[in-house]
Amino acid sequence: MKIKHLFRRKTLTVEQRIKRRNIISFAGFAVLYAGIYGSWRWLYNAPEEVAGITGGARKPLRAALNKTELAFRKVFDPKHLVKTYPASMGAKEVRQNGDIGIDTAPGPDWELLVTKQSGQELHISLNDLKALPKTDITFDFKCIEGWEQISHWAGVKFSDFIMHYHLEDHAKMQYVGLSTPDENYYVGIDMPSAMHPQTLLCYEMNGQPLPVENGYPLRLIIPVKYGVKHLKRIGSMVFSNERPPDYWAEQGYDYYTGL
Amino acid sequence: MKTIKEKHSLAMRWFHWINFPLLTIMIWSGILIYWASPMLPILFPEWFYKLFNIPFRLAEGMAFHFLFMWFFIINGVMYVLYTLVSGEWRELVPNRHSFKEAWLVLLHDLHIRKTIPPQKKYNAAQRIAYSAIILMGIGSFITGLAIYKPVQFNWLCWLCGGYYAARIEHFLLTIGYVLFFVIHIVQVILAGWNNFRSVISGFEVTEQP
Repeated sequence: MKIKHLFRRKTLTVEQRIKRRNIISFAGFAVLYAGIYGSWRWLYNAPEEVAGITGGARKPLRAALNKTELAFRKVFDPKHLVKTYPASMGAKEVRQNGDIGIDTAPGPDWELLVTKQSGQELHISLNDLKALPKTDITFDFKCIEGWEQISHWAGVKFSDFIMHYHLEDHAKMQYVGLSTPDENYYVGIDMPSAMHPQTLLCYEMNGQPLPVENGYPLRLIIPVKYGVKHLKRIGSMVFSNERPPDYWAEQGYDYYTGL
Repeated sequence: MKTIKEKHSLAMRWFHWINFPLLTIMIWSGILIYWASPMLPILFPEWFYKLFNIPFRLAEGMAFHFLFMWFFIINGVMYVLYTLVSGEWRELVPNRHSFKEAWLVLLHDLHIRKTIPPQKKYNAAQRIAYSAIILMGIGSFITGLAIYKPVQFNWLCWLCGGYYAARIEHFLLTIGYVLFFVIHIVQVILAGWNNFRSVISGFEVTEQP
């Protein structure tokens, strides 16, 4: 059968019409699925992003993660709180998933180093922080792996800390960056999440000073993020309008990871 | 004499065949995520994970899942809107006879009964199955959003019975899709070529005396 007959409607018998429509629809189907398959191959084999603040993800997927972040940032509301529980429900055996940046003994002369935009440094001791109003929270800690655990923490509200040290101008910047003293683990936090009323600079767990493996002397507790952002043993704090380095974002994870 | 009987609109075929790869990618990337902290460790043995190269791909799984969720949802929403606007929902949503009829269809398919109730475009069992799968899709969307943003959508999380419950539900719905798929394929094979072709070409061929 010649191709041109396919398109000559008038003279077609039922048999011919069936054949014609079969060919057209199956050809269309084949083109659609070839396109889908080709797109998938393109995406799956897409080159990895250039390692920088983020890394380890396929380029188009990183772009999608960043776009998705923008969409979900619009629904972020500091009035949306994580569910809290009575302190007595906090786990006694608190799970901890990693010791990157805290695998050496903590130094006896620890202080929190805050570098201001002017270059001025604040050196803040644990006792300085303990002198500030204390806030505690018992919430469902969520790991990016999927597990969760109700646990009880206490410390200084991040927003209280900002006010006490007159860092309000700095809190107008986009990000805060935190790092362990050895700089082996570091996180970047968008400011709205850092200033969320349930974000703590935490020094107690279950009413006791933090155990070393849970971040002694000071860790971040940020219930609007997965555990990967709850940096243990905070050594330094910086403020920036650019994304500060983030350990897991360099390894293919979403930078934002907001809950 | 053979006649052409129109069956599935182009839109229906489009939604169906776009959904298939999207759902496949969602399930695959979902397993990459699930592996990191399985709730039902007995379900997938080691060899299963190895066979499909699942382990240690959490970041990758999340990146795929959170891209394709958009397409999956858009396609699903468009499909539902289409059935509503076109009126095709009337052929899809079960009516008050459907549950009794579906039982008779089931008995027939299992070769327990010889006769089958008179059929329209979709039989009663299909109406129930094809409507249930949409409700399941809505369930996956709600439980997924509850897991994805449990603080911003804490009311959704509450609605699902909490974070852990939402994860279980999200997972069980996925198992439901796989079971649906298996039965669907068996039925398609049993129904034969004419039926299968109609989902690609849109028409069936009937013999008129």
